[in-house]
Amino acid sequence: MIINEDLIKKVAKNARLELTENEIKKFTKECSDILDVFSKIQEVNTKNVQPSFHPIEIKNHLREDLIEDSLSQDDALKNAKHQMNGYFKGPKVI
Amino acid sequence: MKEIIKKIKDINKEYNYFNIVSEDFKNENKGKLNNLLISVKDCICVKNLESRAGSKILEGYIPVFNATVTQKLINEGAIIIGKTSQDEFGFGSFSVNTYNIPKNPFDKLRTCGGSSGGSAGITKKLSELKIEHVSIAESTGGSIACPASFCGIYGFTPSYGLVSRYGLIDYANSLDKIGVMADSLKNIKKVFDIIKGYDEKDSTSLNKELNKDDKIKKVAVIKESLNVNPEIKELILKKVKEKFGTYDIISLPLIEKYAIPVYYILAMAESSTNLAKYCGMRYGASLELKGNFDEYFTDVRTKYFGQETKRRIILGTFTRMAGYRDAYYIKAAKVRNLIIQEYKKAFKKYDLLISPTMPVIAPKFSEIEKLTPLENYMMDILTVGPNLAGLPHISCNAGFSKKEKMPIGIMYIADHLNDYKLMNEKLN
Repeated sequence: MIINEDLIKKVAKNARLELTENEIKKFTKECSDILDVFSKIQEVNTKNVQPSFHPIEIKNHLREDLIEDSLSQDDALKNAKHQMNGYFKGPKVI
Repeated sequence: MKEIIKKIKDINKEYNYFNIVSEDFKNENKGKLNNLLISVKDCICVKNLESRAGSKILEGYIPVFNATVTQKLINEGAIIIGKTSQDEFGFGSFSVNTYNIPKNPFDKLRTCGGSSGGSAGITKKLSELKIEHVSIAESTGGSIACPASFCGIYGFTPSYGLVSRYGLIDYANSLDKIGVMADSLKNIKKVFDIIKGYDEKDSTSLNKELNKDDKIKKVAVIKESLNVNPEIKELILKKVKEKFGTYDIISLPLIEKYAIPVYYILAMAESSTNLAKYCGMRYGASLELKGNFDEYFTDVRTKYFGQETKRRIILGTFTRMAGYRDAYYIKAAKVRNLIIQEYKKAFKKYDLLISPTMPVIAPKFSEIEKLTPLENYMMDILTVGPNLAGLPHISCNAGFSKKEKMPIGIMYIADHLNDYKLMNEKLN
């Protein structure tokens, strides 16, 4: 497994994290060690085995499409520091 | 009640079991849990009480609703006394990856275990004071069993899907389970019976009946789990012999070899997507709005996420990236299937599988500092198996180490929906 500093930088950027030079070095070494050990799952024969995305079979539950009470606008905004005219206010998009 | 509040606050000053203690200890509802004191892990929402999942990025977040479990407890007259300290989002086995680190009730230089460390610590302390109390905790890979073992109490994790996750600040959706910690099996059952049940607000809630038969006929000890400290091994075998007379030893080789990598790959992949929602906009910590959205989100996440959280986001994002997804994420999900089958086969013959809960007693904080991240992850070797398979399990105290006088936990695992077997008096 080739984990290098460039790959860690790329992954961090995808995950919207900015790492310091020290963190890049530290994470490169640590992630490389961790993935080396984790790679041993490659030796398991999984031919014809389905992936288990849940431990127990989960069925989709459907409900009637009815109007119900939900959070009020005030409640929905209660935890937002940045807001304007009853809306969430976010950073510039364009 | 005033006296009790004072005692709880005094304990908290000394041991850091709460991120926040409730303002008043009142509930006018009457029901099956009248006036029972209940602490709730910080990652489970309690209306009007700051809920941060041990993270700086949720500083100031005050839920405007109750999690389903919280609401059910309040409806039955329970008193919510506060939010217990934990590793940030549950990322850890020692409750040290956070801003408020709980100390072991037996030795303040040692960890309570994690990630539900505060829940386990306060359960032990209030039990010593004969104050009836139950804690609602959460396990993804062992976060209930581990601290229960290190603090010498009962820690029960139900079958996946039996307790609603609505209102849980999630770690990994296919693994998270809300459970119960207490100083008696009786109270574990009492509270479990209230919080379990189908909930249409949780898309992974299980709509199935539990097996009411709690009889235990045949048990087996997991062979590979005995590669631990010899004192722990001897104590566990002695305990099993005392309780059940005869037992088999069974080998579960896939679990020992692969449960750790499979667990961490899946848990990190899921958590890295769950944590994408924290960007300083709708709730939690924020910064002055400046720069474009990418810059702003990056600034908030970089400032408020802790080191272990960043590490897991990076590993989780990597294992889901094009080119690596099949080799890691999908492969791990396939091996998970084989692990579940290995357990299922064993449960055709046995009612319970038994192992030590942890390979060690609660380590000192000075020892934990020296562990690499990988060595930290390896501590979960005995608990990740049942968690990956969504199997109900309970950690009970088996005794104490001779030299350090620290608790040692024994873990019983049952088949899906056989949760009541874990509340059988025999395990007392």
